[in-house]
Amino acid sequence: MGGADISGRQSSAAPFAIELRGISKAFGPVQANKDISIQVAKGSIHGIIGENGAGKSTLMSILYGFYKADAGEIVIDGKVTPIPDSQSAIRAGIGMVFQHFKLVQNFTVLENVILGAEEGGILARSLARARKVLADLAREYELDVDPDALIEDLSVGHQQRVEILKALYRQADILILDEPTGVLTPAEADHLFRILKGLRDQGKTIILITHKLREIMETTDTVSVMRRGTMVATVRTAETSPEELAELMVGRKVLLQVEKAPATPGKTVLEVENLRVRDTQGVERLKGINLTIRAGEILGIAGVAGNGQSELLEVLGGIARGIGTIRLNGRELDLTGRHSDGQSRRADGIAHVPEDRQVLGLIMDFTAWENVAFGYHHAPEYQKSALLMDNDAIRADCEKKMATFDVRPPIPTLAAKNFSGGNQQKIVVAREIERNPDLLLVGQPTRGVDIGAIEFIHKQIVALRDAGKAVLLVSVELDEIMSLADRIAVMFDGRIMGERLPDQTNERELGLLMAGVSGEAA
Amino acid sequence: MDFATIIQILDSTVRLATPLLLACLAGLYSERSGVFDIGLEGKMLIAAFASAAAAAATGSVWLGLLAGIFASLMLAGLHGLASITFRGNQLISGVAINFLASGLTVLLGQKWFGLGGRTPSLEGAARFEPITLPFAGSIAPVPVLGPIYSELISGHSILVYVAIALVPASAWLLYRTRFGLRLRAVGENPAAVDTAGVSVTGIRYAAVAITGILCGLAGAYLSTALAAGFGREMTAGKGFIALAALIFAKWRPWYALAACMLFGLLEAVSIRYQSIDLGFVMIPVQFTQALPYILTVVILAGFIGKAVPPRAGGEPYVKER
Repeated sequence: MGGADISGRQSSAAPFAIELRGISKAFGPVQANKDISIQVAKGSIHGIIGENGAGKSTLMSILYGFYKADAGEIVIDGKVTPIPDSQSAIRAGIGMVFQHFKLVQNFTVLENVILGAEEGGILARSLARARKVLADLAREYELDVDPDALIEDLSVGHQQRVEILKALYRQADILILDEPTGVLTPAEADHLFRILKGLRDQGKTIILITHKLREIMETTDTVSVMRRGTMVATVRTAETSPEELAELMVGRKVLLQVEKAPATPGKTVLEVENLRVRDTQGVERLKGINLTIRAGEILGIAGVAGNGQSELLEVLGGIARGIGTIRLNGRELDLTGRHSDGQSRRADGIAHVPEDRQVLGLIMDFTAWENVAFGYHHAPEYQKSALLMDNDAIRADCEKKMATFDVRPPIPTLAAKNFSGGNQQKIVVAREIERNPDLLLVGQPTRGVDIGAIEFIHKQIVALRDAGKAVLLVSVELDEIMSLADRIAVMFDGRIMGERLPDQTNERELGLLMAGVSGEAA
Repeated sequence: MDFATIIQILDSTVRLATPLLLACLAGLYSERSGVFDIGLEGKMLIAAFASAAAAAATGSVWLGLLAGIFASLMLAGLHGLASITFRGNQLISGVAINFLASGLTVLLGQKWFGLGGRTPSLEGAARFEPITLPFAGSIAPVPVLGPIYSELISGHSILVYVAIALVPASAWLLYRTRFGLRLRAVGENPAAVDTAGVSVTGIRYAAVAITGILCGLAGAYLSTALAAGFGREMTAGKGFIALAALIFAKWRPWYALAACMLFGLLEAVSIRYQSIDLGFVMIPVQFTQALPYILTVVILAGFIGKAVPPRAGGEPYVKER
């Protein structure tokens, strides 16, 4: 099914808005893109889906002139169009909305929109024109943003609209969005998709890059699947299913739904009472958190990133300090003193898979076996004598863990940075779970992790629960919370907005809670 | 303290603040584009030397000014090469430039003139002379306004007026033009400029070149207007005080004018009075001399509002993917 020739909504007689022919790109020995061909019909939404490292971002970078392809050509509106730099991409009518916005934080919306597309040396005229154009676009596509607001005062959803406006102001006909919903609440995401559909109906062509199957199914007309640098299939969305797409992405059958028996909660393991945390600027990040987790239970914390979830994990994990009460198995934990550090927490039986594994979970330049020992390097089985560590023992232990957790490649001497995101996460999860903790803290366990590894990591978390342990799961992926958690608490602005049971709630209700609409009103 | 004394102190404030203001505006362009520059001092020094040397050799202060700007531009180019093209550490490059200027000026000065690093005294057309503004003589007898106009406003060298004119000019350039928008953007988020199809490198080089030219003016002013010739290490830390003023000014042109005038006033007062008798306590001169530095520490400690530097300052731009 290599270079498929499915035209979207329109007849195949019209030239494609964009067509890639045999694009290849290698970075040293790594073939990031191998002979990629796609055709995207004008006025359609085309999804590109694939695991991390499948080559989606490389392909889009080639389209936007960041990289030069080793081979192949780009055809726009039936014309071969070389794209050596971003300038040419813009001229060819391509607009890009990056995953990490390219906005100047202390500029106004207007200034950001005209940056690089000014008319003449004096700004006043460009600003006046942009103000008019923005007002028109806002009316046409629900893209309303205050043109004089500073970017830093805008919500993430609005910032994304500014990025779209930037592209439209440059008269982009082809809009590429790279993982656009990662930072949005469900309501914001719905709004975005409404905007995209509106744009499509006006004849714009949209390429949506994502790893979320649900978004592909709901919004796209056609979808291409990438796996390990190749385009494995292009299909009509209406004629496929999430299961089929997942299988195409991974190359084998995947269980999308986590298989788990109902929880059988036992005694209370963790009790948190009125927990408050201030950050270094003195801003209160946790404003009185109360929660309990029992043995054999997974408590999922849902919420948009930045509403205090990180701080909660940090206090529980002994990285940050706080005020309030935390009891583990009935014993009160030290929150400010000598025993409030990570080492003491581990000794107490709390293991922590941190949100950002590359910063807190691993030392990227160190080898896998060294990373496997971190935090537990005082463990008696790793010591040769009072002064010397038993490196052979650690390496052997690492090999064993790599086998159990299917880390690939299973080479203990490889530096952490040389593993893929999923395998890095498996190393961290292996280190923490294998200590058999009473309470496991997990933050964003599957961020940047491919589907195959997600399935595996989820199974491990459920297995730990079934072994009668307590799990606190923090994730911004609502799907993950819904399928994994036995109870869901939603955080907003440093508070718990409400608790729900996964089978008695829905995404809409949780989305409202995530946006700060209180439980009673929802 | 009578009125005439106040006018005299303010007059010398303007003269002493001018090199600070030129250097401060110089730093403003570079740092607003994301290139930190602690080499203002070195660029001023080499410009002061080159101006005085060329003016002494040719007898023309204008050729001297050109030579000063050229010398300063060379060092600015070096800083640009190190920190923009080769993505080196901007602080280290700046330090190197300061050392280079300090050594080079003395070495060349001794070699060419044999006066222990000094250049010959400049006079006549080899110096910037004070300019008397129109009607200065006829308005002088008018009470209050007369002395203010004829002594404070009139009677400075052309570079003083240029420096002051550069304040509104810079504000206009930064906030009202395309170049200014891109310059500010490149210091805040170069990726935004890059993805908009504009060259980050080009804008940063342009900013660094402006810095070079302004430092050239500052240096030339020191040796051909304020003094009559170059003396070794004659910048005496002015480049660093200008940096402090830049932070105090929150990287804004009008604030820079105010900050430099304040520092100029402190210097003028400390030169005029050996010690200040407040009646109940004597303020020693060392205290007034130290005031700019004390002020800087107070500013940096964040007591007077928060100075937020350009967000991408000090970091070479590397494409993300």
